[in-house]
Amino acid sequence: MLKIENLTKRYGSHTVVDDLSFCCAPGEVLGFLGPNGAGKSTTMKMVTGFVPPTVGRISICGHDIDQAPLEARRCIGYLPEGAPCYPEMTPRSFLEFVADIRHLTGTDRNTRLDSVIEALHLAPVLNQSIDTLSKGFKRRVGLAQAIIHDPEVLILDEPTDGLDPNQKHEVRELIRSMATNKMIVLSTHILEEVEAVCTRAIIIANGSILADDTPEQLARRSRYHNAVRLSVGANENLDQAQAALAQLVSIDGVEVDPSSRTITVLAGAQTRDGETWQEVFDLISRQNWDITSLQLETGQLDQVFREITGGSHA
Amino acid sequence: MNTISALFRRELKSYFATPVAYVFIVIFLVLMSTFTFYLGNFYERGQADLAPFFVFHPWLYLLLVPAIAMRLWAEERKTGSIELLMTLPITPWQAVLGKYLAAWAFTGVALLLTFPIWITVNYLGDPDNGAIVAAYIGSFLMAGGFLAIGACLSATTRNQVIAFVITVVVCFVFLASGFPMVLDFFTSWAPQTLVDGIASLSFLTHFENISKGVIDLRDLIYFGLLISAFLYANTIVLRWKQAE
Ligand SMILES: Nc1ncnc2c1ncn2[C@@H]1O[C@H](COP(=O)(O)OP(=O)(O)O)[C@@H](O)[C@H]1O
Ligand SMILES: [Mg+2]
Repeated sequence: MLKIENLTKRYGSHTVVDDLSFCCAPGEVLGFLGPNGAGKSTTMKMVTGFVPPTVGRISICGHDIDQAPLEARRCIGYLPEGAPCYPEMTPRSFLEFVADIRHLTGTDRNTRLDSVIEALHLAPVLNQSIDTLSKGFKRRVGLAQAIIHDPEVLILDEPTDGLDPNQKHEVRELIRSMATNKMIVLSTHILEEVEAVCTRAIIIANGSILADDTPEQLARRSRYHNAVRLSVGANENLDQAQAALAQLVSIDGVEVDPSSRTITVLAGAQTRDGETWQEVFDLISRQNWDITSLQLETGQLDQVFREITGGSHA
Repeated sequence: MNTISALFRRELKSYFATPVAYVFIVIFLVLMSTFTFYLGNFYERGQADLAPFFVFHPWLYLLLVPAIAMRLWAEERKTGSIELLMTLPITPWQAVLGKYLAAWAFTGVALLLTFPIWITVNYLGDPDNGAIVAAYIGSFLMAGGFLAIGACLSATTRNQVIAFVITVVVCFVFLASGFPMVLDFFTSWAPQTLVDGIASLSFLTHFENISKGVIDLRDLIYFGLLISAFLYANTIVLRWKQAE
């Protein structure tokens, strides 16, 4: 169990993290979401014991980071922001160093080394200095050192930053595959990442929690949740279609984009799931419209994110 | 213990991962021999000992040791690897000791590589080898003192040049308090105990004692205390810097 209570960090008079409290249980992948400067990295630095909090308590698997820093850190694997490494070392010597510090010995050490090298596809660059590696490989070396001791808690600060789409996908797969028995906290400002890997999302801005929910529940807060989007064929009258759709009972409004001939029917706040879809569908059948596409929206996380953090955007 | 040894090995290996270490050793050896043979009148003195060699050590160390020490923490801070290091399950003491011992071992290697000078003096005459060994030990301890100061100051900044400059200045103060010039200035008006006190703070006084061939417990305690004090300060600086 990862437990954070009333965590606050002030630099001078500037409050960077403001009275944050949350827990994380095994099996959870907690996405830490927020605009730049929200305090994500600072929170992670405090959780891993790098930066002392101004106020607050952090307990990791029952160990207080302040009272028992070594025991707590043994349970943690940490990828700091930017994945810093020792540039003059090779990935092999670097991983061996971390394995030694983590007191891995004998066959266990070799098995763990082989397994992280394999999981992050580091074999081709093992003996090349980290200095000369691409950003993607550097990030993966950083991830490898974080998971080498198979920790109970993983703290990953922007784990897919700088990776190409294939590598992003692979890292997300890796995170998902490790999630069953670990507590994973990752920070990101990529919303699709939250939808792809997180079981829970905490949105923070200016150091405070603004939302704490599953990505699905967060998406429901979107005005596009349960909205129906349809594209109308070229020989139909767009205005007439819009007028007819606007008469439906369960809806909250209709948005039209004339250039793509797309109409979005927003579901009303109190409607059941599928209700608006059914009404739109029935209307189309009755009118026998020529429709080129028809889809149900689950909600747009990025729009929810913008709404929730709106005030704090620079 | 395993932890310190892992830190020590990583640090020492990193010296030799780049040409910097080799360049440093070459410069060290070239300067050592130049000073000894040309400035020290090694041959002309007609004496079979290494006094002209050891007499320059404090001055060479004044420039060379800060050059080793400056990167110890400043570089970690600059690359951000300090965050990785200090969130591993290690104590600040282990980190400080592992790094310091590696740097000290490195200067030890450079010092040992001056052995041809020792062979030369044995070839030319019949020196007191016991005194030479004592002087080597004294020189190594003095290098350790300079290094401890440099390690501590390196933790205060992310800029290696700044770390170098302030280390040279502080080390110079520790040397200068043993200058006859400085001490004469105090002798004219200050009580003898104060003069002795100032002199006893100097690297120079203790190094000269040892390089005469006498290893006195007081000199060992002096270096031991000085090194411990600065390494302790190093752990304090680390903690204090992490909080800001
Ligand atoms: N050492 C520090 N001194 C002063 N301010 C800091 C320090 N570290 C971070 N900050 C400030 O704290 C805020 C949050 O930073 P950070 O935690 O890195 O945000 P995020 O990771 O969410 O982008 C920023 O405004 C940053 O300028
Ligand atoms: Mg950040």
